Amino acid sequence: MSCTANWDGKVSEIKKKIQSIFPGGAWNPLYDTSHLPPERSDVVIVGGGVLGLSVAYWLKRLEKQQGAIRVLVVERDHTYARASTVLSVGGIRQQFSLPQNVQLSLFSAEFLRNINEYLAVVDDPPLDLQFNPSGYLLLASEEGAAIMERNVKMQRQEGAKVCLMSPEQLQKKFPWINTEGVALASYGLENEGWFDPWCLLQGLRRKLQSMGVLFCQGEVTRFISSSSHMETASGEQLTLKRIHEVHVKMDHSQEFQPVECAIVVNAAGAWSGQIAELAGVGNGPPGTMQGTKLPVEPRKRYVYLWHCPQGPGLEAPLVADPSGAYFRREGLGNNYVGSCSPTEEEEPDPGNLEVDYDFFQEKVWPRLAQRVPAFETLKVRSAWAGYYDYNTFDQNGVVGPHPLVVNMYFATGFSGHGLQQAPAVGRAVAEMVLEGHFQTINLSPFLFSRFYFGEKAQEHCIL
Amino acid sequence: MSPFRLHNPSKMAAPRASLRLVAPVWNRGTSGIRGLSKAVDPEGSQKKGRTLLQFLTDHFYDVEAVREYLLRKQVLKVQKKNRSFTYIKERYGPYVAGAYFVLKQGGAVKFRDREWMRANEQGLSSLEFRKLQEVPVEAVDASGCAINYQGLDNLLALKELQSLSLRRCPHVDDWCLGRLYQLADSLQELSLAGCPRISERGLACLHHLQNLRRLDISDLPAVSNPGLTQILVEEMLPHCEVLGADWAQGLKVGPEEQSRDAASSPIPAWPSAPPHQARSLPGCAERPTAHPSGSVGLTQLGGSGWGEGRRA
Repeated sequence: MSCTANWDGKVSEIKKKIQSIFPGGAWNPLYDTSHLPPERSDVVIVGGGVLGLSVAYWLKRLEKQQGAIRVLVVERDHTYARASTVLSVGGIRQQFSLPQNVQLSLFSAEFLRNINEYLAVVDDPPLDLQFNPSGYLLLASEEGAAIMERNVKMQRQEGAKVCLMSPEQLQKKFPWINTEGVALASYGLENEGWFDPWCLLQGLRRKLQSMGVLFCQGEVTRFISSSSHMETASGEQLTLKRIHEVHVKMDHSQEFQPVECAIVVNAAGAWSGQIAELAGVGNGPPGTMQGTKLPVEPRKRYVYLWHCPQGPGLEAPLVADPSGAYFRREGLGNNYVGSCSPTEEEEPDPGNLEVDYDFFQEKVWPRLAQRVPAFETLKVRSAWAGYYDYNTFDQNGVVGPHPLVVNMYFATGFSGHGLQQAPAVGRAVAEMVLEGHFQTINLSPFLFSRFYFGEKAQEHCIL
Repeated sequence: MSPFRLHNPSKMAAPRASLRLVAPVWNRGTSGIRGLSKAVDPEGSQKKGRTLLQFLTDHFYDVEAVREYLLRKQVLKVQKKNRSFTYIKERYGPYVAGAYFVLKQGGAVKFRDREWMRANEQGLSSLEFRKLQEVPVEAVDASGCAINYQGLDNLLALKELQSLSLRRCPHVDDWCLGRLYQLADSLQELSLAGCPRISERGLACLHHLQNLRRLDISDLPAVSNPGLTQILVEEMLPHCEVLGADWAQGLKVGPEEQSRDAASSPIPAWPSAPPHQARSLPGCAERPTAHPSGSVGLTQLGGSGWGEGRRA
């Protein structure tokens, strides 16, 4: 009897239809759902900062057929009030201690240089990133001089244009520096400087809208996943998880939309740890891969803006003292922006973004004034605070899939140098998603599995 | 993709309107650090200035694709002009390669002890180049040429270049200026007048060029404050003669200065400056290295609290 063929299929269809009428379903004859995200998306990117948008851009750019992949970017706050991207000082440098970081920065510099080719939209004006090609000047004391020399050698091998300067050369070139205690300095000559991160963000959003990426304002509250139990060759029991749905809750309401997805990208910045916990990363006995959490937590960092009438001139690079204090020029009016990273004991409470001006008085100003005597007389104009998505393990990014939650990819944990590496990291994650392996820059030292195996990819030159 | 697809939903639907953030303030002088970028047009002008082409682009995928292709072709054209001539470099050396590059773009080249050369109607004859293999290039006039960051490779190989003119080059921007440090040993004269993409941020990396004696930074539309930039560049390069805007341009003269202006005599114009740049520095007879900024009624500098906030 042909009419009873596929009876089970028909029943499940009817069941699905009935289910769709209930809240959370797709049927909506009574009210408007245009503010809700779509019900289905191939890739859901959690986090709409520069890293999330960069991953979305490269996914759309590297897809095999135009329109093949549907990408949804979920961002909790469209004003970006607490996002690390827009609160960043905006520097880009190649002076790192890991070759992968140098390569990432080099590609990102090339991306920023040709930004109007990469992010060109018909009928829209070209982007002006306000890039200052003034370079970074890292100073090293006696202990750090040998490491700096080794790092510079590696950076030059990778193609960065960095030169080493002795204290005498430094004094001649920048007479406003006090070279006491400085044994060696490394100065970036090309592709280093600072730019406006807000402009990059706007440019990416504009281009993504024209490429057909969907944006949604909401918070990810739940992942619905399915698990399967497997046994490794050595007899160990593993639970592999696969995320099927992402529940996106709307602002100021209890309404949520379950988005069916194939791949989830965790680019939530300072809150990536929470998102990872929601997905079940780290639910297990400690000391196993199951129980290894994502070691990314928000750390508050202050940035101060001051005015100093006799300060360094137009040629001043971004100067980083061996003690950790750094500053750069801002604009033409002798204003400067700078700060210092606190030590572990001085870490401020990341619960809010309040600024502590005492920190400037006690920790930042003395160090700056010691290095640049002109800074003895300055006046603080304003300050703000932002979060680092701080990787407590080795202060380097986490990129690539999770070994057990098989369709969650990470692009986070860059601890203060995420903005300058975002274009390259976006491309790496897109390659991983589309091809399954890194094609241009090999970021295998940055995979999640290093947290379990204890293989640190330590970055020593962080500001 | 169907050629007859209409109604590009991503353009028509809410996302474009709801996700556009607060329109940026067109603030030429002092935009704050976290001020909105000047890159995105305000919504108003987009709505009013709609042409038929823009309307079609917004509604049809195919029109958009064709326009994107044409845009891409333009970019590729410039890139092709700036390719590196590796064969010529290997065969004839870096001087001839650089000269060939400049001449092909429409500029002029001067070898040592020779006259200025330009490409003639018949093209570039290779016969002359064979004689010029070892002769260094002293001066390059690349005014109006489509040189960009990549093409600058060819010029940076000319290690004895003394004079470089990049007037009105549309693709020379701040990133390109960041590469000029490689010519620091020999470069004595540099002209950047009229380049639309150069701003004060790129001028900051000219401090490497310590042998520079003449610098022309007049008529740079992207520089936000020409007078102040001129002062800062002069401080940065003390041995260099900087031609540019009148440093008092853009400043409001204070009431006590108006009588001084009438009394002081203007300085005669520099011999090679174009007529519209005739300089008159009120109150100064020669070029001082320290500017008497306290006496002129400066109303645009962001200074306040001189000497305040001394360390306890």
